[in-house]
Amino acid sequence: MKNKEILLGPLSKNNPVIVQVLGICSALAVTSKLEPSIVMALSVTVVVALANVVISLLRNTIPNSIRIIVQLVVVAALVIVVDQVLKAFAYDVSKQLSVFVGLIITNCIVMGRLEAFALSHKPWESFLDGIGNGIGYGLILIIVGFFRELFGSGTLLGFQVIPEICYEWGYQNNGLMILPPMALIVVACIIWIHRIYNKDLQEK
Amino acid sequence: MNKQGNTYTILYASVMVIIVAALLAVVSVSLKPMQQANIEIDKKKQILSSVNLEPTTQNAVELYGKYIIDSYVVDANAAKIEGADAFTVDVAAEVKKAKEERQLPVFVAQLDNGDIKYILPLYGAGLWGPIWGYIAVDADGNTIYGSYFAHQGETPGLGAEIENHSFQSQFVGKHLFVDGEMKPVAVMKVGQKPLNGAEYVDAVSGGTITSKGVQDMIENSLLPYNAFLNSIVK
Repeated sequence: MKNKEILLGPLSKNNPVIVQVLGICSALAVTSKLEPSIVMALSVTVVVALANVVISLLRNTIPNSIRIIVQLVVVAALVIVVDQVLKAFAYDVSKQLSVFVGLIITNCIVMGRLEAFALSHKPWESFLDGIGNGIGYGLILIIVGFFRELFGSGTLLGFQVIPEICYEWGYQNNGLMILPPMALIVVACIIWIHRIYNKDLQEK
Repeated sequence: MNKQGNTYTILYASVMVIIVAALLAVVSVSLKPMQQANIEIDKKKQILSSVNLEPTTQNAVELYGKYIIDSYVVDANAAKIEGADAFTVDVAAEVKKAKEERQLPVFVAQLDNGDIKYILPLYGAGLWGPIWGYIAVDADGNTIYGSYFAHQGETPGLGAEIENHSFQSQFVGKHLFVDGEMKPVAVMKVGQKPLNGAEYVDAVSGGTITSKGVQDMIENSLLPYNAFLNSIVK
């Protein structure tokens, strides 16, 4: 596989969320507002990329019988370091993300990439794969967060974007958009549109 | 050495755990002072926010020194407890004690126009985790001047709305005493009224349990201040 393909594949044809259907849990939890979606996307990208590199460097030494545990320890350690660094240097951001940072450990994409890619590829390729998958995941998160905040609260990044006059004419925020089920429905809509343009992904 | 053998596996696991533990310990210890400083700055910001100031991370310490002219700890009989530092009292632990045994921190703010406000800390539980805040009371010991609420992990867009200005500003001008009896402000679903005749604000829609948590927190945290609030009315 060429490096370019490794990096760009996960953005569309091999997207972790809408094609592999991984990481749905966090897509549901953090996307009711755009801002946590963006920060979560960045954090996951950093963690997947670094974890991929570490596991790739260790890949020839890891005993097969405990490889999942080794991966978990590496991911957990990285997440804790990210969390501590955020608390020391970006306290406001870390306050906002609170429990979500810890939840990166349980993100199936991280473990999925370690198991499927990093264990069998060189560090540089693994790094690109991590970045690509992180962005592919983040892209969906940001799209979902965008629509949920726009229609659920009428704001984007906390700023009012739907003008006051619409409310006077009877427009109302859709409270359902903020509730978790709508995250799944929005993801499903994205998958639907994505499949229309990628006929080869359609199941017979 | 056989890489799939038990000896290698056990050795590998042990070494890895020791390295990771050492790494995390170093990170934690070396970042601790900065984190502690951030937490203190953040607490000062929160206290200042309750009197409707808008401190930033940069000027919080300076503003705190300027506006907070006094702070002390009282007990449930409004007697000052000597030697206790209001800033370091662990409110989370205090609210779990019986009312008579609690240490009750009070921060006294003097605003630009000379008005004195008393800032009282709150602590309670929301849906997913702790919630906390500060309520600033006028010198009459009754009228709420400002409020600040924060949470650890309430649902964004629902319970987390308690940290928004639109929710917090509802408390301004409400009274803690009704007909001379202390009845802390209630948080009610739109259209409902508290049975005990207390004043009330609207709950966050979709954040019922968090809103209930705010109400319980206000009640539990403020009732012990009854004697103190009575004592400041001269």
